[in-house]
Amino acid sequence: MAGGAASGGSSQSDTYAGARVWLLLPAWATLLILVVAPVGIMLVYSFLTKEFRGGVIWEFSWEAYDQFFFNRGLFGDEPPRIEWTYILIFWRSIWQAGVATLLSLAIGFPTACFIATRAPRQRPIWVFLVTIPYWVNLLIRTVSMKFLLRDNGPLNEALLGIGVISEPLHIVNTNLAVQLGLFYSYLPFMVLPIYAAVERYNFSLSEAAADLYAPRWTVLRRILLPAVKPGIVAGCILVFVPSLGSFLAPDLLGGARNFMIGSLIEEQFKGNAGNWPFGAAASMILLTLVLIILLFSARQQGRQEAR
Amino acid sequence: MNTSTTDAIDIRDAVKRYGDFTALHSVSLSIRDNEFFTLLGPSGCGKTTLLRMIAGFEDVTEGAIFLFGEEIEKLPPHKRPINTVFQNYALFPHMSVLENVGFGLEMLGHPMQEVRKRAGEALEMVQLSQFAARKPAQLSGGQQQRVALARALAPRPKVLLLDEPLSALDLKLRKAMQIELKHIQRDTGITFIFVTHDQEEALTMSDRIAVMSSGELQQLGDAREIYEQPRNTFVADFIGETNLLPVTVDEVQGGRAACHLPGGQTLTCDASAGVARGARVHLSLRPERVIVAAQPGVESLKATVRENIFVGTDITTIVDLAGGEEFRIRTSNSDRGRARIFEPGAGVFLNMEQGAARLLTD
Ligand SMILES: Nc1ncnc2c1ncn2[C@@H]1O[C@H](COP(=O)(O)OP(=O)(O)O)[C@@H](O)[C@H]1O
Ligand SMILES: [Mg+2]
Repeated sequence: MAGGAASGGSSQSDTYAGARVWLLLPAWATLLILVVAPVGIMLVYSFLTKEFRGGVIWEFSWEAYDQFFFNRGLFGDEPPRIEWTYILIFWRSIWQAGVATLLSLAIGFPTACFIATRAPRQRPIWVFLVTIPYWVNLLIRTVSMKFLLRDNGPLNEALLGIGVISEPLHIVNTNLAVQLGLFYSYLPFMVLPIYAAVERYNFSLSEAAADLYAPRWTVLRRILLPAVKPGIVAGCILVFVPSLGSFLAPDLLGGARNFMIGSLIEEQFKGNAGNWPFGAAASMILLTLVLIILLFSARQQGRQEAR
Repeated sequence: MNTSTTDAIDIRDAVKRYGDFTALHSVSLSIRDNEFFTLLGPSGCGKTTLLRMIAGFEDVTEGAIFLFGEEIEKLPPHKRPINTVFQNYALFPHMSVLENVGFGLEMLGHPMQEVRKRAGEALEMVQLSQFAARKPAQLSGGQQQRVALARALAPRPKVLLLDEPLSALDLKLRKAMQIELKHIQRDTGITFIFVTHDQEEALTMSDRIAVMSSGELQQLGDAREIYEQPRNTFVADFIGETNLLPVTVDEVQGGRAACHLPGGQTLTCDASAGVARGARVHLSLRPERVIVAAQPGVESLKATVRENIFVGTDITTIVDLAGGEEFRIRTSNSDRGRARIFEPGAGVFLNMEQGAARLLTD
């Protein structure tokens, strides 16, 4: 029942049926070249045999997936045990990306509401201000973040200066640093979709709820949040997904102990030490994970609309 | 006034400023319990502002508002036992019609079973029971309007505010809703404060009307008073149709004032307060209270017929007074009325009914 209504298909007129094929061609071509082809290549590579100096041997093999999930001892002759190393890296990545997403939501939602409630002429200026830092390359921003958070960096100096702390905080090379880095990298992707949703929100609904005896927080929870939920979901996906596969912030801010999937995959394709099929398999597993999350949220949305 | 504590709403010297723009200039109003009260005025005169101050969405710059004797202007909207029917309905799009109507009762903490029962009753009152499970988007404009009404009525507020609730409906539906609203008000006994810019709607529905203009209260009274004894030219002109003629007062004696028009014609009528000799004032004459005739009556003006316009139930005759001013007369489209119609170009007399002419000083 929910699935059927979710599509909400509106039947279009067939006046342009002939032209539509041609009009859609660029879109299909783009999808084919930029999505289907790379994913297809990756899928194929993940089932090939590794070549020792990078690259692959064209011979079918499960080995990459086997290596990801199972440990058969150093020489591959022991009975298989679950290999936790990579699962843990995945789990850490999900956790880090999740915390970064929640941080972005906590800061991004009020920011978006703030912008959406400014006078219409001021809003583009605020949106512009939010996006300004993103004109600078991500690498440079992440390095600057490291400078900011260093033991003798401006943040610690300032906190020491006003006497909040007596010892510098060790933030760099911790999970927190990675979370802050990811949060900072992707914050606009949270702010902008929520802003778009809140801007479309009809604030007289909030007045109507207050008029009907709803206190402030109830208005927020029962009226505003359901109305802007699509924007929140979009923002969370747009922050969570790239955070999950990110390697810059974990590498630069997290140090060796806070390895994430992105770095793991990156390693496999770098220099001669890599393992291409393994990297491809890890990417496929990551992709599957992301798809499951997207499908799940799409289903939730659909159910909401059908109700 | 010593009756103020029993008034449903008592507004005392309320001022509203937005920056250096004054939207309301010291408005004082008392609205009685059980009353169908209308705020009437042209667009931008401050009706919505006043309503939003009563509901609590706008703070009061100066002055006070009392609800049954209790001062409320500092209370947030959710603490005021007042509900609003919004002009754009403001129905919650993600809730069903029944959930919308039950929302206020739910917020007041009634058990869900009672919420559903009373919301159902409110829906029944507006004849929408069969749509309880629908979403607002699946209803027509008129139905949404009635859901908004049921939602505001369900918690049984002490006062119901309605901001131009019928303006988005087509004429036929609007007329039907006017009657329905009036019945609901009478049956529930809830005080209604109704906002409209449509004078005909105000005259049809209201127990009392407050006419507003540019943030000021112009006149307060029942439909008849406002129509027949307008206090100034604004009210005379805004309510119904009228002929406003500039006149100069020549003589005031025994409650009667003799005056002359710019063209020199003279006329005597009841003097209103503040009319003195030499004053330049306006004469208001309703088109239906003047009779076109071949012979002069007790009080008459000379005129020449310009044209007759057939408007269904009535015929409007446009004439030129001897001084050149345009003047309109409305005659009912009956046998008796048609007998009083003259051909264009005919010289005629405009005979005033007793008390038809009214002198207005501002
Ligand atoms: N938030 C506001 N800021 C500035 N001026 C406002 C605001 N709200 C209303 N006004 C002004 O106050 C006046 C009265 O408005 P309103 O009460 O909406 O009139 P009405 O409902 O009678 O059409 C208008 O001139 C309007 O421009
Ligand atoms: Mg208004």
